[in-house]
Amino acid sequence: MSLTTDGGKSVSVVEAKGLGLTFKTADGDVIALSDVNLDIRRGEFVSFIGPSGCGKTTFLRVIADLEQPTSGTITVNGTSPADARVNRSYGYVFQAPALFPWRTIEKNVALPLEIMGYGEADRRERIRKTLELVNLEGFEKKFPWQLSGGMQQRASIARALAFDADLLLMDEPFGALDEIVRDHLNSELLKLWAATQKTIAFVTHSIPEAVYLSTKIVVMSPRPGRVTDVIESPLPAERPLEIRETPEFLAIAHRVREGLRAGHSYEE
Amino acid sequence: MSMLQRVLAAFAAGFALLALVFEFASTEGAPLPVWEFPAVGAFLVLAILSLVRFRLKLSFWGDGGLAALGAMALMLALDTIQQAEAGYWFALVSAWLFAWLFAERLSGAISKGKVGDAVGMLIPLVFGVAILVAWEAITRGGNVPKVLLPAPSGIWTMLTGNIPQIAADFQQTFMKSVLAGYVLGCGSGFLVAIAVDRSPFLKRGLLPLGNFISALPLIGIAPIMVMWFGFDWPSKAAVVVIMTFFPMLVNTVAGLNVAGHMERDLMRTYASGYWSTLFKLRLPAAAPFIFNALKINSTLALIGAIVAEFFGTPIVGMGFRISSEIGKLNVEMVWAEIAVAALAGSVFYWVVALVERAVTFWHPSVRGGRA
Amino acid sequence: MGKTWRDGSLIPIVIVLIGLIVVWYVAAILMNWSGVSDFYQRTDVTGVTFGQQLNDVLNQDKPLLPAPHQIVAEFWKTTVEQAVTSKRSLVYHGWQTLSATLLGFIMGTAFGIGLAVFIVHNQAMDRSLMPWIIASQTVPILAIAPMVIVVLNAVGISGLIPKALISTYLSFFPVVVGMVKGFRSPEQIQLDLMRTYNASRFEVFTKLRWPIALPYLFTSMKVGVAASLVGAIVGELPAGTSNGIGARLLAGSYYGQTVQIWSALLAAALLAGALIALVGIAERVINARLGARP
Repeated sequence: MSLTTDGGKSVSVVEAKGLGLTFKTADGDVIALSDVNLDIRRGEFVSFIGPSGCGKTTFLRVIADLEQPTSGTITVNGTSPADARVNRSYGYVFQAPALFPWRTIEKNVALPLEIMGYGEADRRERIRKTLELVNLEGFEKKFPWQLSGGMQQRASIARALAFDADLLLMDEPFGALDEIVRDHLNSELLKLWAATQKTIAFVTHSIPEAVYLSTKIVVMSPRPGRVTDVIESPLPAERPLEIRETPEFLAIAHRVREGLRAGHSYEE
Repeated sequence: MSMLQRVLAAFAAGFALLALVFEFASTEGAPLPVWEFPAVGAFLVLAILSLVRFRLKLSFWGDGGLAALGAMALMLALDTIQQAEAGYWFALVSAWLFAWLFAERLSGAISKGKVGDAVGMLIPLVFGVAILVAWEAITRGGNVPKVLLPAPSGIWTMLTGNIPQIAADFQQTFMKSVLAGYVLGCGSGFLVAIAVDRSPFLKRGLLPLGNFISALPLIGIAPIMVMWFGFDWPSKAAVVVIMTFFPMLVNTVAGLNVAGHMERDLMRTYASGYWSTLFKLRLPAAAPFIFNALKINSTLALIGAIVAEFFGTPIVGMGFRISSEIGKLNVEMVWAEIAVAALAGSVFYWVVALVERAVTFWHPSVRGGRA
Repeated sequence: MGKTWRDGSLIPIVIVLIGLIVVWYVAAILMNWSGVSDFYQRTDVTGVTFGQQLNDVLNQDKPLLPAPHQIVAEFWKTTVEQAVTSKRSLVYHGWQTLSATLLGFIMGTAFGIGLAVFIVHNQAMDRSLMPWIIASQTVPILAIAPMVIVVLNAVGISGLIPKALISTYLSFFPVVVGMVKGFRSPEQIQLDLMRTYNASRFEVFTKLRWPIALPYLFTSMKVGVAASLVGAIVGELPAGTSNGIGARLLAGSYYGQTVQIWSALLAAALLAGALIALVGIAERVINARLGARP
């Protein structure tokens, strides 16, 4: 299991400087993001953790050009988020699988490929490869409702991987699943990350999940949404599930918890 | 400005220019030049001047004002001209494009949050007025035969000139047939639904049948009812009863079943009896369904009463008036009756909808601010 | 019907139907009894037994309420035993109504879908049209049917087209309202997904809005086809038209031919049932192809 080389690591995939975003609502302005400075380098697995309202999902949506920042700058692959979206340089996995219920699993994975104009044969090959990657071989012809929640979310990951974007944005992808399925998918995700060498930005509100998965943990706090701590994880690349009982793991988890507490996140 | 808005702006000014170039109108074969109508002239000149928008900023209120000015000028011109010519039509198209541009820019401003949502009420209003103006201009300026399509002003004159007769028709059709039939039909549908609800067997048998019967052209029963209950309003009320009964039955039965298992179990833990569960849980939960039926039925009742009158009435009633005046090709009177029927239908519907809002204020569809 | 079989509703439906027929016979006997007694008195017929009178009551020529078997007999006589080209044939009249209904329904549906597409893609259109379209649903638009027929006749358009236009008008509104709702039914998350693919408006429409709106289309088409039929029948009511189920109803009511009225009503009910069933079958076929949960 090799991580990215040091040379590759120095390349910024996402670079935010003084990023701010304010929503105008009927009840006045809501500051969703305030002065966020962050670097995501190639090959990193970055988790964003914090209570609801801390702007972690908003930040991910800004990277994806689904929200427009109101101040500061952000580049994705060295270009603006809008250009990055047009270049199809990221795959996005939502909180819910968001599979189209009228398409079979393979057709769902084919959706981005159809839109991006991949040829028929290329499409079939990519569907086969990505479904294999998420262990869904044999379910190609099934409709989403015939699959369990965990399998549906795996299909949606396959859909995000199908067009080979280097950056994977994941917004609490396992939030709706139970603990046992979640553990399983987490270790699968790590394997997938190692196999594909992608850069992953991962939003979660589970401390063990963040610590287990990430090379870098970004702790955020609400009102206004901001970054309070960035933790580089010393854990090895190879991570069996048992690693979660080691002192190193617990030490990082403790630091995350402290960071969250410092952000006054439990007051309301 | 978006692409569409630029095109609209350019064309609006372009048509104004064409209107100045071509012959405007004529009376008894003699041409009437546009400068005989200073208001129209002013509108056309201002419309062409609006091209400065491609250099300077022009508020969308300017477009709205131009549209209003053009509409008014063209309406006034109708009194003197006998036959509208190309120039008049170009001017009309220009005014209409300004109205469209106004609506387009205003809705853009609303979605960007520059203007309050309440101003958005203007847009459908503008559309309605634009239709009326175009209708009036085309029928009068183009001398469309009255039989084919009367002008709105003619319909209005007919309406205001025959108020006693129209009031009598309204009294006969709405106050008697519709209201009596509506109350009886909805009431009996509701009571039968509650009775049926106690028997799962009947429910399973009646519900699909009721659904099917609601989709049938029940209006065809009208000649039978005229035979049974005579020419006067009771036969029309009977048609309304039959048409409104089934939607109410089906909706109430469906509504009584929406209360969830958890809520029902809760009532069981209180050892609540049938009637107290019905009144405290199931009927309130069914209210959105019942109101849905009441709303559907408000329209059905009016249709039923009017169409039933086509099969025979005493010489009063909206349906009777429509069918007898159309026989005399007195189309203006028919339109006047239809306008009254439309107004009555809308008011009836909105009254029911208002009551619904007051009663089912807790329902997500009401809280969400949509009717 | 498959669904009805499975949830065990068929037996209750049949029993309720049988119950209705029994009630119908009782009502027919009660309503027609005194008419036959009057007839005996007028023609000085005496000494009729109960059974004889019952027989006469159930086979009257112009009963107040015909018994079901009389309606079925009349229906049989005017469908199977008549050449379909005859003006006495209910098949002939039924076809006149059905063709207008279908033509109008197809035009209304197509027009409704088209307008819904515009409304969903242009905000100004949405804001100007939608309030009027919703308001027009509360208006008894069927009242204009006679006018449309007579006015179009006056300018030389008669026959199928005027009736079909009324049907178009009536089926158009449910389709517009339903399809606007349907095209708007994608969730934000699905629209965001399409945005991350930089999908064009056209792709969002064909790959997301259209398939997700199909269930709404079928629901509105069921309402629309029923409204179409009503429109065509009412379009046959004005004096001068002599073809179609509506004209049969009117003729029956002029001459007091109750049996004829009821058999025309039966034909109308069968047509409505068949049309709705057709839409239902189309719905099930499409749904199966789109992988809906059975």
